[in-house]
Amino acid sequence: MTFDDVLPYLVALGRCVFAVVFVMQILPLLIWAERKGAAYIQDRPGPNRAHVMGIRAAGLVHTLNDVVKLIMKEDIVPGHVEKRYWAAAPVIAMSVALCTFIVVPFGDNFMGYQLKVSDIDGGLLFVLAATGMGVYGVMLAGWASNNKFSLLGGLRASAQMVSYELSMGLSAVVVFLIAGSVSLSAIAEMQAGAIWNWTVFTPMGFIAFVLFWTAAFAETNRTPFDLPEGEAELVGGYHTEYSSLRFALFFMAEYANMIVASSVTATLFFGGYNLPFVTPAQLREHADWVLMAAALAAPTFVYFAYEANKRKQRPFYQALPAGDARLKEPMVFVGLWLGAAVAHVGIGIAGALGLASKLSLNFISFGYLESTAVFGPDLVTAIVGITVLAAKILFGCWFFIWVRWTVPRFRYDQLMDLGWKRMLPLALGNVMFAAIWVAFFPTGLISTLFGSK
Amino acid sequence: MALPAARKMSSGMSAGESIYLVEMLKGLALTMTHIIKNIFDQDRFRTVEYPDVRKSMTERYRGAHRLLLRPDGKVKCVACMCCPTICPAKCITIIAGEDPNDAAEKFPVEFDIDMLRCIFCGFCVEACPKDAIRMDTRIYEINAYTRQAMVHNKTYMVNLMDGLKPPAEEFYRANPDNAPAGFAGDEPAVPVGQPFVNLAAGAEASGAGRAR
Ligand code: SF4
Ligand code: SF4
Repeated sequence: MTFDDVLPYLVALGRCVFAVVFVMQILPLLIWAERKGAAYIQDRPGPNRAHVMGIRAAGLVHTLNDVVKLIMKEDIVPGHVEKRYWAAAPVIAMSVALCTFIVVPFGDNFMGYQLKVSDIDGGLLFVLAATGMGVYGVMLAGWASNNKFSLLGGLRASAQMVSYELSMGLSAVVVFLIAGSVSLSAIAEMQAGAIWNWTVFTPMGFIAFVLFWTAAFAETNRTPFDLPEGEAELVGGYHTEYSSLRFALFFMAEYANMIVASSVTATLFFGGYNLPFVTPAQLREHADWVLMAAALAAPTFVYFAYEANKRKQRPFYQALPAGDARLKEPMVFVGLWLGAAVAHVGIGIAGALGLASKLSLNFISFGYLESTAVFGPDLVTAIVGITVLAAKILFGCWFFIWVRWTVPRFRYDQLMDLGWKRMLPLALGNVMFAAIWVAFFPTGLISTLFGSK
Repeated sequence: MALPAARKMSSGMSAGESIYLVEMLKGLALTMTHIIKNIFDQDRFRTVEYPDVRKSMTERYRGAHRLLLRPDGKVKCVACMCCPTICPAKCITIIAGEDPNDAAEKFPVEFDIDMLRCIFCGFCVEACPKDAIRMDTRIYEINAYTRQAMVHNKTYMVNLMDGLKPPAEEFYRANPDNAPAGFAGDEPAVPVGQPFVNLAAGAEASGAGRAR
């Protein structure tokens, strides 16, 4: 067995690990953003007490505490539950949420390898099917808990998901019509280049986006559609009976679903891994310029350092007794931000020296390794793609959080009314409109009228 | 018989509001303004970061009781029993003693206030004819590990202001017009922390005051 035989398996493993790690790394950040965002919206400072040697990192350390707390807590199995299904439910919820992620492309091909876990032809259909599976976790939890409040929560979840999946699917059909493909890679490629190539900047694409995004709130059980766990009337809804890590799985599944919904929305409507006006081919060609552009971020970091330094003057730090570990925190952050600034200047210099276009195994091993295939430009393209997609995902997730702390929960009849009487007819009409539009402007309005691409 | 015209279920929303989207965007704009303001000016928060930063109470805040001393170092209290009588929570226990050497003759051998029962109404302060008890310490952290330690005794209440400024006295001295009737601005300030004269032997040992 040669290395080349094993390589495909290694690549597959690497992709899977990357996808899971990607989601799992964003998760704690989201939990932090949720708390801090809620606090700032409500004019309070939010989590800021837990610290590691005086470093509180604006409350990020609280997430660590949470992990420890959830692991250490007693895992209570109530006597009245259907044990097997009850134990399976959180696992289903979490694994379904994670596996939806496998068809999302992270960037343009890297040395011929696709930057996504699996190239399923179904693409988006797989996403719809997998999110449909997600309801099983909630339903099983509600039913197996053998408790009327949990059961009601599970029922609501399934009713809600069925109602909103229709509008979601129909909005996705609009994107199929525009792209002429169900593969998410093809959809992302189609949106490369000018910003008006993004699906959201076509009339039917915009309507589809609004519908899809609204349905995504219902699919992920987020406020204003978080009726399945409506604590005012259902105690905790479907996860009432869960504690410890089982609860953590549900909790993480909710955030993982947010990440998946944001990534799918970003890919369908906001160009996926593409920067506006820059195609991956152009990125490859001008990889050195991209590195130089990274140096432009340095002033921002210097400004952050300046702000961190100013924080020393806050009454809070003034009131701390001498020798308190937290007193050194602003200076640590000044150091970190300045370090980031220096690193970015360094990347810029590397770009100016043309390192990106020279990078190969031969080059970095000073000639020991044989392989002379230049992977620098591809690496830069891949990193830019992943960063851009991550930025779009984070904004999407932030939007979920932002809406949660802005609007109250819908009433159940309002939810059904919105889903069936307004969104569904609109989505159907939108599909017809899109079909007609695509028939008249096959390559998009601007391209058809002005002949540019 | 004709059916009554179906009444439209009104949710009280106008047509524009019932689309939700515009109202949603307005709400999002409002919350975002709060976030941006708060990021750039963290001193907007009203939160008092308690153990590190303490809220300063107003002059009129009724905190833990303290007992005042006369210039000669004895407690002002003459054990007239006005405060235990008026106390709605019945939490003041005074054991009176006689001191033939003193003009007042009567003094409290023991003066206990059960802080677990006190409702901080301030009636005891109002009732006192001698301005012997006050609640102007602004101390609001009244806590202990045992019920016994929550009973503040004479020693404790006399020495409560050790190392702390008696805020109200300073305020009254600066604003004599606002001072209560019994307050003499020119009265020499009692050096706080000075041990009160213990006339009844063993009275001090009866309840060990909490060390602060
Ligand atoms: S404040 Fe009120 S309840 Fe407390 S000791 Fe004085 S009179 Fe009694
Ligand atoms: S009212 Fe004043 S003088 Fe009378 S017992 Fe109470 S504290 Fe002493």
